Amino acid sequence: MDKKTQAYVKQTLPALKELKAPEGMSLDEQKRIYRQMCLIREFDSQVKTLWMKNEIYGLAHSYVGAEAIAVGACENLNKDDFITSTHRGHGHTIAKGGNTRAMMAELHGKYEGLNRGKGGSMHIADVDIGMLGATGIVGSGMPIAIGSAISAKVLKNDRVTICFHGDGGTNQGVWHESINMAAAWDLPAIFLIENNQYAIATKLGWVAKETDLYKRAIGYGIEGVQIDGFNVFDVYNAVKKAVEKARKGGGPTLIEARYIRLLGHFVADDQWYRDLKADEIFWEYEPIKRMKEYFISNKLLSEEEVDAIQQDAIDEIADAVSYAQNECTEPSADTLYDDIYADGEIIY
Amino acid sequence: MAVITVRQALNDAFKEEMKIDPTIIMMGCDIGVRGGPFGITLDLMNLYGKDRVIDTPISEPAFVGACVGAAATGLRPVAEVLYSDWITLGMDQLVNMAAKMRYMFGGKVHMPLVVRAPFGAGGGIAAQHSQSFEAWFNHVPGFKVVAPIEPYDVKGMMKTALRDDNPVIFFEHKRSYQLKGEVPDGEEGETYTVPFGKAAVRREGTDVTIVAYSMMAIRAKKAAEELAKEGISCEVIDLISLLPLDYDTVMNSIGKTNRVVVCQEANLRGGMAGDIVSEIIDRGFDLLDAPPVRVGALNVPMPYNKGLEDLCIPDEQKIKDAVYKVLDNK
Repeated sequence: MDKKTQAYVKQTLPALKELKAPEGMSLDEQKRIYRQMCLIREFDSQVKTLWMKNEIYGLAHSYVGAEAIAVGACENLNKDDFITSTHRGHGHTIAKGGNTRAMMAELHGKYEGLNRGKGGSMHIADVDIGMLGATGIVGSGMPIAIGSAISAKVLKNDRVTICFHGDGGTNQGVWHESINMAAAWDLPAIFLIENNQYAIATKLGWVAKETDLYKRAIGYGIEGVQIDGFNVFDVYNAVKKAVEKARKGGGPTLIEARYIRLLGHFVADDQWYRDLKADEIFWEYEPIKRMKEYFISNKLLSEEEVDAIQQDAIDEIADAVSYAQNECTEPSADTLYDDIYADGEIIY
Repeated sequence: MAVITVRQALNDAFKEEMKIDPTIIMMGCDIGVRGGPFGITLDLMNLYGKDRVIDTPISEPAFVGACVGAAATGLRPVAEVLYSDWITLGMDQLVNMAAKMRYMFGGKVHMPLVVRAPFGAGGGIAAQHSQSFEAWFNHVPGFKVVAPIEPYDVKGMMKTALRDDNPVIFFEHKRSYQLKGEVPDGEEGETYTVPFGKAAVRREGTDVTIVAYSMMAIRAKKAAEELAKEGISCEVIDLISLLPLDYDTVMNSIGKTNRVVVCQEANLRGGMAGDIVSEIIDRGFDLLDAPPVRVGALNVPMPYNKGLEDLCIPDEQKIKDAVYKVLDNK
C-alpha cells in the first residue's frame, strides 16, 4: 500500500485495530458472532438481488459492511433489552435475534411478515424481542430510546437500550436533546453512532466542523469513545463496558463506531457522487473478511470450517427467501384497517 | 355532586388514576416542583415521586418522543405541551411515530399515550400562544382527539384517555381552567368515566342544530339562550370527542331541525367545521333545508391588540349571525 493510500485509510478509519477476541470469549461464541454477521451479509445481499429483480417492493437500505456494529453490540444484550434502529434496520433486527423467515416475508409484503406486510424494510420491527423498529426519519429513534430507558427506570427492571443511529442523525435537534436528557437523568441508554461518513451523498465533513463525533460527549458530561466499526471485537468490548455501566445506574455512553459505507445509500444507488476507486481499499477492512482472516491466522479454525459457517448462513437465507416467496400469503384487503387502533377498534 | 373547576377536575383525575396505576408517568416543562404553569399537576410530584412526574428540559421533540418510547415499552405516559402551539415541535414524533407504530409494526405495540394540549385564544397572548390545531390531528389516522370543556367531561374523559391504549391528543381550553361545573363526589366521583365518541346535547331545540366543542360549546349555549328570547329554538350539541366523532347524535338532531351551524374556535380554513359539514352532506344531504353554515376564527395569525383579537375570535354574536343566516337560506 502506498503512503498516500495509507494516510487515507488512517484518516478515514482512525480507530482501526487488530482483531483480538475479548478475554474469556469462547470459540463457540466467536463462531456465533461470525455466523450472525454472515446472516446479515447474506440477507442484505439477497435483498439487493431481489430488489433489482422487482421481487421486493419499496425502498431497501443495505447493512452490508456494518455487520460488526449491530452484532458486536447486540451480543451484549438480553432478549428483553431494547434497541432502536435506523432506516438501515435489517442488521439490527437479525443481531437482536429476529427471525429471518418472518423478516424476508415482511420485505415481500406478506401477511406472515414480522409487521403483517405493513412496515416493509424501512419499518421493520420486532417489539417482542425488544427491537423497537426501523424508522424512515433520520434521528427519530433517539427519543424513543429515551422512552424505553425511562420505562426501565420506572419499572425498576435492569433493561438497557442501545440507540443505533448514523452520522446523519447526529445533526438532528432530537439527537442533542435526547442525549442531554439521558445524561441529566443517568438513563440506561447507549448511543451508538454508526459513522459511515455519508448522509446519502453528503460527506459528514461538509456539514460538521468536528467529525470525531465521540468528542461531543464532553458537552453532555458523559463518556465518549471512538471505536473501529469494522472490528466486531472492538465493538463488543466498548458496548460491553457501556452496558455494564448503564445497568449499574451509571448513565449513558456515546460510542462512535467509525467505518465507511461500502455500498450505496439504498440498494440501487450507484454512488456516482463519490470516488469509488479510492474507496475500494476499504473492502480490505470489511468485518467479515477480517474475522475470517483472524480465525485462520490465529489457527482457531480452518478455512473450510469458516466457510462452512458462512454456508450455513447462506442456507438459512435461501430458506427464508423460499419461505417468503412460496409459503406466504398476500394480506387481504380486510386487514387494511387492522391495528390503526387498539383492540380491533376501527374508525373509518 | 360537588362543584369544581376544570383545573381541579384534571388534577383529581391524575391523582386518582396515578394512585391505581403505577405505570402512569408525566413529562413536561415545570410540571413537577411548580405543579405546571396552569397548576394542573400541583402536588403530583409530592405524591408520586420524581421518577413519575418529570420536570423536563425545554425539549419538546425529545420529551414528547420519550413519551412515545415509554408508551411502547410498558408505561402510560402523559406529555404536557405547555401551549398547544408548541406541539409543532413534537409533531414528528407524534405523527410519524405515535400514530403509526402499531400499524407499521403489525399490531405488536401499544401506544397508551396522552398528550395534553392547552389551546384556544383570548387574553392578548397573540400569534404563538393562541392557536387551535385539532384539525391537524383529526387528519392523521391513529390518533384520538378530544376537547371536553365541562368539568364533568374533562375529568371523566381524562380517565378514559389514561386507560386507553391509543395516542390521545387531549385539548384543554386554556381559558376554561377556572370554569366550574358539577362533578360526582364520593365513590362515584372516583369511578365514573366519560367515553370517547359520544356527544352531549346541551340544549334541545327544533329550528337549528348548533354543533360545537370546547369553548365554542359554551358560547353556543349562551347564543342559544339569547336566541330563544327571540323565538328561535336551537339544539346545541357539544361534541366533546372529535375523533371518533358522534355523527349519530349530529344527524339525529339535523333530522329534526334540518338546519345546521358548525362552530370551531380555530381559524376556519382547513378546520374541523369544514370536515364535519362534508360528512353531514355525505350522510344526509336530503335532510338539509339550507346550506350549512360554519363559524370559526378569521384566517389571520392571532393579533395582539384587543380590538383586532376580538375581530378574529368567534363569539356569541357570530354564532347568532350564523343562525340567522342558516334560517334565511333557502
